[in-house]
Amino acid sequence: MCNQMVVDMAAGADVDAEMAIRIDRIFQALADATRRDIVRRVIEREQNVTDLAERYAMSFAAVQKHVAVLQRSGLVVKQRHGREQLVRPVVGTIGRARALLAEYEALWRGRIDRIDAILTEGN
Amino acid sequence: MAFIESIKDLEALTLTVYAELAATPERVWRLWEDPRQLERWWGPPGYPATFSRHDFAVPGRSIYYMTSPEGERHYGWWNYRSIAAPHALEIEDGFGDAEGNVAPDMPEPGVFTVAIEPIGDVTRMTITSRFTRLEHLEELVAMGQVEGMTLAMGQIDAILAED
Repeated sequence: MCNQMVVDMAAGADVDAEMAIRIDRIFQALADATRRDIVRRVIEREQNVTDLAERYAMSFAAVQKHVAVLQRSGLVVKQRHGREQLVRPVVGTIGRARALLAEYEALWRGRIDRIDAILTEGN
Repeated sequence: MAFIESIKDLEALTLTVYAELAATPERVWRLWEDPRQLERWWGPPGYPATFSRHDFAVPGRSIYYMTSPEGERHYGWWNYRSIAAPHALEIEDGFGDAEGNVAPDMPEPGVFTVAIEPIGDVTRMTITSRFTRLEHLEELVAMGQVEGMTLAMGQIDAILAED
């Protein structure tokens, strides 16, 4: 019984260490503004690295590297889709719904700000 | 500044946005009724909306497009399900072409309601959007072009959340 406990504790410590490494990787991945932007874009729409690279003032190779960091963190995966490889976010359905509703909400906040400006003008 | 709050229902895929506006319900109604007013606020900066048709009636239909900075036009349409001036509107919205034909490869339409009511000397406008499928919401967000928006903390939460 005592042995069993030791084994369990050791397994638990391994899981904790693994989790800590994973969390470190996620935070490192999200510490960079370009990588946060890539995550935002692929949540909006899955796309290939070429399309992503067009959005930034940096080389294709540099964007490729950012995507690789995100892949290692487990935040995105690359998945073959016909002839192209798409970068997809790794979020559950609820997470995706939350992120998309947040974007949609931002759209409405912008509209209401513009409405407010029109009403303030008084015409 | 308009006071805004919102409620998201992740299961039912609905978003309710509340705004309090310093105007009468009649004035707020004109923002919907008059296409020239609509054009001033519907499209985000850099993506102006143009309403080429605006039959504000039941049955009635509006056709609009948003022009991207590259000059590309994204067409959308509204069907009016109910109109009760100046207090309530129910609109079915979807994507299509310049004639308002529903594009077969486009996501199925969603529905949103607008409620306008006086509260003291301000007007509360409540917008409730219902989406049938996540893909529809995805398309709307992509079409809405929230270009340059920073990643909100809520989204980071969404990414980190294990569900």
